[in-house]
Amino acid sequence: MNPASSHLLQQEIPLTWYLLLSATLFSLGVVGFLIKRNLITVFMSIELMLNAVNLSFVTFAHQWHMVKGQIFVFFVMMVAAAEAAVGLAIIIAVFRARATLAVDRIDLMKL
Amino acid sequence: MHLILFVLFAGLCLAGAINLLLQSHPINSALSLIVVMTSLAVLYLLLGAEFLAAAQVIVYAGAIMVLFTFVVMLLNAGREERTLGSRAARAVGFPAVVVILSVIATVILKAQGLGTASLSDGITSTEELSAVLFTKLLLPFEVTSVLILIAILGAVALARHGDGERTAGK
Repeated sequence: MNPASSHLLQQEIPLTWYLLLSATLFSLGVVGFLIKRNLITVFMSIELMLNAVNLSFVTFAHQWHMVKGQIFVFFVMMVAAAEAAVGLAIIIAVFRARATLAVDRIDLMKL
Repeated sequence: MHLILFVLFAGLCLAGAINLLLQSHPINSALSLIVVMTSLAVLYLLLGAEFLAAAQVIVYAGAIMVLFTFVVMLLNAGREERTLGSRAARAVGFPAVVVILSVIATVILKAQGLGTASLSDGITSTEELSAVLFTKLLLPFEVTSVLILIAILGAVALARHGDGERTAGK
């Protein structure tokens, strides 16, 4: 390996940047949850928040060289898959009952 | 090299997330979410999580997002109407988001002893990961598979519910 490429491989990034990216993505997910008015897009914002937290898990797994952090992300992915299947089935059921996807019109439980 | 890849894909990630918020058509939001998830897979690879990078592309960007786009097209979801939302969301929600972000950012920036990542750090191999997953964490793994089975049954039951009522009505 020549010195130039080994220098490129040695270049370091502080893990803080990854954590800040994760926090920003999470906040964007919360903002999406608040401003989006379509049931499916609101659900997508929740998926965005799950992904942001997964990035934090992977970063900390790298920091402490723990394999279990990565395994936790694996479990989160599995649960997210189950959650997406059930959530989208509920959205289909709501659409059949109310014929709309606008969250402003699906407000029977609103105070 | 690491810096270039990080800046490129972190930027792509943020751009995709912001585009998800700005688009008014759900299918465009779904496609931006796929961009976010695929860039996250590259970031996982930069952090040495090769199995998770593959799983992110296959499970998230593949399976889950296909389900999303399928439902968007099945329900023929059109452009969303922009409304101002509830008063509670405006009065409490947005300040709360700013507070959450600033608290997390302060904690992260003040944290001591956070290390660095570089491309020469080495990769957590799938072998290493599965050795822990299939010995110490075997029971949670099996319970998760049961959970997924129940979720699939529940999804089928929920989605078929309308059909049953219609035939019963006739």
